[in-house]
Amino acid sequence: MTEALRPVFAPWNDPDEKPLIQFKNVTKRFGDFTAIDDLTIDIFEREFFALLGPSGCGKTTLMRMLAGFETPTEGTILLSGQDIAPIQPNKRAVNMMFQSYALFPHLSVWENIAFGLKREGMKGDALNSRVDEMLRLTRLERFAKRKPHQISGGQRQRVALARSLAKAPKLLLLDEPLGALDKKLRQDTQFELMDIQEKTGTTFVIVTHDQEEAMTVASRIAVMDEGRMIQVDTPARIYEAPNTVYVADFIGDVNIIEGRATPSGEHVQIAWGEGVSDITGTTDTSFEKGDKVHFAIRPEKVSVNVEKPDDTPNAFQGKVLDIAYLGNLSTYHVEMPNGQIIKAQSANTRRLSRRAITWDDTVWISFTATAGVLLKG
Amino acid sequence: MRRLTWFNTTSLTLGFAFLYLPMVILVIYSFNSSKLVTVWAGFSTKWYGELMRNEAFLDAAWVTIKVAVLSSTFATVLGTLAAYVLVRAGRFWGRTLFSGMIYAPLVMPEVITGLSLLLLFIGIGLDRGVMTIVLAHTTFSMCYVSVVVSSRLATFDMSLEEAALDLGSTPFEAFRLVTLPIIAPAVISGWLLAFTLSLDDLVIASFTSGPSATTLPIKIFSAVRLGVSPEINALSTIMIAIVTIGVISASLISKRAAVRQRLEEQQAVRS
Repeated sequence: MTEALRPVFAPWNDPDEKPLIQFKNVTKRFGDFTAIDDLTIDIFEREFFALLGPSGCGKTTLMRMLAGFETPTEGTILLSGQDIAPIQPNKRAVNMMFQSYALFPHLSVWENIAFGLKREGMKGDALNSRVDEMLRLTRLERFAKRKPHQISGGQRQRVALARSLAKAPKLLLLDEPLGALDKKLRQDTQFELMDIQEKTGTTFVIVTHDQEEAMTVASRIAVMDEGRMIQVDTPARIYEAPNTVYVADFIGDVNIIEGRATPSGEHVQIAWGEGVSDITGTTDTSFEKGDKVHFAIRPEKVSVNVEKPDDTPNAFQGKVLDIAYLGNLSTYHVEMPNGQIIKAQSANTRRLSRRAITWDDTVWISFTATAGVLLKG
Repeated sequence: MRRLTWFNTTSLTLGFAFLYLPMVILVIYSFNSSKLVTVWAGFSTKWYGELMRNEAFLDAAWVTIKVAVLSSTFATVLGTLAAYVLVRAGRFWGRTLFSGMIYAPLVMPEVITGLSLLLLFIGIGLDRGVMTIVLAHTTFSMCYVSVVVSSRLATFDMSLEEAALDLGSTPFEAFRLVTLPIIAPAVISGWLLAFTLSLDDLVIASFTSGPSATTLPIKIFSAVRLGVSPEINALSTIMIAIVTIGVISASLISKRAAVRQRLEEQQAVRS
């Protein structure tokens, strides 16, 4: 399956592997509000684990419980098999990189990085060489003497990272670490983060609401909503095999088609309205005849043609409503006879193309039987 | 555009005259060479010289400064702690009562504060002297400190302290190494405010002082009853100067440093 993309590293599939962090039926309530709802999850050593979800889904609360700033209302959190509830934040082998960076404004970059080490009682040459190592790792050597307000946003982000990595924590928590950076810098920094994570061998748990960021950096993603984990899986599986409409819709662009299922052999036929023939799909789950289903299909798996393709069971005629030209891609919004609009995407592989398809053209959209995912409900 | 019309000019002049004319006259007459306070006989600084040789006044001045330094220091420590608890502890049972009680001395008539302190000192058998004045001044000036410090703490980024804890500081280390250096300007201006308040207090000091210790305001007040002397004008001028310098530097330090700190903090916190 898609696990083949990361064939070496998949401790979550190995039953003998001991998880670094275990959440066991953890619930956190603030008054009447339930931020985390009976959550159980294992996170393994050297993982880059992303918590992804809209604001208010509980991802930050989860992270603050790991850091020790919140305690679970119910359930236990284990770090290397040890219950961390009674351990104060300053005694945990966990460090956090704050969303606001929280750099100490009165201390220089060097002093900021040295802060945690000094609290351990490290001094002299050991301190100097550790701080210098961190400065080298984050390419900040030239800025060691500057104050946080005298460096750029990207450099501040690296200081925050260096400071939180300096004590070589078992676990590093990153709260929206790249939120304050502009898009280009963010993409560069994502790869830098992955690089540093690999070099130091630290387990990273990152909180983000940016799905692209989660897809780029993470070994596994947990998609959260209203205090629950909806799906925990590799980026590829989250994208290609979402388990709910919520996940399919949250990650990337998708067409959601509502219909009624009719199983026929290894295929499922989906009736999705007047004037259109049934969609042929495949699924692992079994459906009864007449079950309400959602068929989720990514726009890039739908192709647009002027002529009817004859090599697929799924070909439907419609009218082009809109074309969005994005440079590398074009997205076509095609209206079906039943009123449903299907997004189809094609890569603009040629620089100069005869623009065969334009507004109001009648076109054929098509996809293979395995291109989409069938979801219950 | 706003212009200075004759009406504005007049009201401004009247207002300032009302506020400062008495003090200006006092300062001018302190440089009078005549012994008669109301008759101008030429410029002289001889009363300042006389003052320096007046043992009683010098003693009182020394007591006043000692009291002001001690009480403002105690008030700063207590006021800062109170402000810290009020801003940081969030909602706890009795918080409103607690904050109300800290700020109450701001509006309490000084006579009542003085009287109640006097009764307390008599009640516990404490001999009145420098120590009792220090205690009394600490009591009424710590609320001013806590007002100044809590307004600074309200804009303080909480995650800085969490970061310090996360990096292994104890809560006290986090306060000492991170919070305190950042709010220091507010603490210093709180100290200066308490210092000047203590310096010119007459009412509370007269309730809580004893024969062994007299502060300058008490000394002046009792001397004036025997007749205003140019010496007292000179002394008052010096006090006006000290208080003015104190207040101006307090507000300058707090304003400038607060603006700079906040700027630095914001820049450090977000790009």
